[in-house]
Amino acid sequence: MSSQNKEDLQPTREQIIYANFLIIGVWAGIVILVLTYVIYVTGILPAHVEMSLIPKLWGKGVSEYQQMTHSPHGWGWVSLLARGDFLNYIGFALLALMTLICYLVLVRGYSRQKDWVFATIAALEIIVLSLAASGVLGVGGH
Amino acid sequence: MRPTGWLLGSLMVFILSWPALAFAAEHASVAVTIRPWWFWPVILFFFCLVLGILAVMAGVGGGVLYVPLVSGFFPFHIDFVRGVGLMVALAGALAAGPGLLRRNLANLRLALPVALIASIFSIIGAMLGLYLSSLNPDIIQICLGVTIVSIAILLLFSKNTEKPVVNKQDAIGLALGLRGAYWDDGARESVDWKTHRTLLGLFLFILVGLLAGMFGLGAGWANVPVLNLLMGVPLKVSVATSKFLLSITDTSAAWIYMNRGCVIPLIGVPSIVGLMLGSLIGVKILAVAKPKMIRYIVIAVLFFAGLKAIDKGLGLGFLG
Repeated sequence: MSSQNKEDLQPTREQIIYANFLIIGVWAGIVILVLTYVIYVTGILPAHVEMSLIPKLWGKGVSEYQQMTHSPHGWGWVSLLARGDFLNYIGFALLALMTLICYLVLVRGYSRQKDWVFATIAALEIIVLSLAASGVLGVGGH
Repeated sequence: MRPTGWLLGSLMVFILSWPALAFAAEHASVAVTIRPWWFWPVILFFFCLVLGILAVMAGVGGGVLYVPLVSGFFPFHIDFVRGVGLMVALAGALAAGPGLLRRNLANLRLALPVALIASIFSIIGAMLGLYLSSLNPDIIQICLGVTIVSIAILLLFSKNTEKPVVNKQDAIGLALGLRGAYWDDGARESVDWKTHRTLLGLFLFILVGLLAGMFGLGAGWANVPVLNLLMGVPLKVSVATSKFLLSITDTSAAWIYMNRGCVIPLIGVPSIVGLMLGSLIGVKILAVAKPKMIRYIVIAVLFFAGLKAIDKGLGLGFLG
């Protein structure tokens, strides 16, 4: 087996770092989701939307649901973290932020290797994910 | 009947009995006044547990089963089902990612350019899907139904190739360094691979991204054929890279749905936890039994779910 082939068989350093970040983040996200859900359904923290009201509204479109429950768009949930239902968004957000965090590691890794094409691709992905996460796109109601 | 047979039989009966729930869902406006708030989340949790087992055994993603079945048989609006469907697919992909990267089965160099294209278009798909749904949710139901039936046909007839032969790498694949090697445990050999038809493959990921975002489906069903059959990537690397890709593509679309308010914790958490637990159980069962029959049952369920979505969208009422 050639040395090039042996090298190809091994995961790259970036892959290992990416995997390490991911495994911590994803399980932290799942644990947080479960814990906050328990806090929510047991009523330890009061909910912003009354639990008994939700089954009457989950058959309606999101715009109507938001309007009737006075729920916020975008990152507005951060100001409602003292409410049991919106506390769950910490777990959702952590899961959805993991890829962005891992990509920061990739940009650094590829830049160090002077692999500018892949550093640029990773940087562009960060911009795309940040735009999606920012709440600038598609938040307006209809 | 062997214990595995019993188990699979029970799973079949369970999953195929959901048309009865569809009937209940149709009358949800009456039911919600008498059923407590926890009724549907508890049902959803166990449903997703079984779905997770079946998805692993059939070799399909959770999202592609979740969206059509839950939108067809539960009383939730399609906006919430798509938002949660993406979170379900995302959580599964994130959990699988570390193992696939460490074993060098998911390839970062292959995933990164593809993911950039797919994630841009999954955002556009998500925005378009939410816009169409706000005009008339039936449009989305019908389009979803047609897509699901097409996926079922694709799963039924596509014959993936274990190790495609790529004689000459194209210029784009060469420039991006889209090549690698993995260790095949079964054949006890290292397998080198490289891509061809890279430009066409990248173009197809525009469509994959759009569909993933618009319907909240995840997109493993599309990623694998494009990577394997078109670009010539070995099946194992295609499947692993596809799973990893979902963690990027679904992230961008999931943010659009989440920011819009489509992820309700009461629906989202039981779905994610149920499906993840089901996947873990499915992996354990898969280690002792590899029933091909499950794949065909899942394809049949997808056909039914697709037709149900079309029926619901057109308001025909043939399927309950």
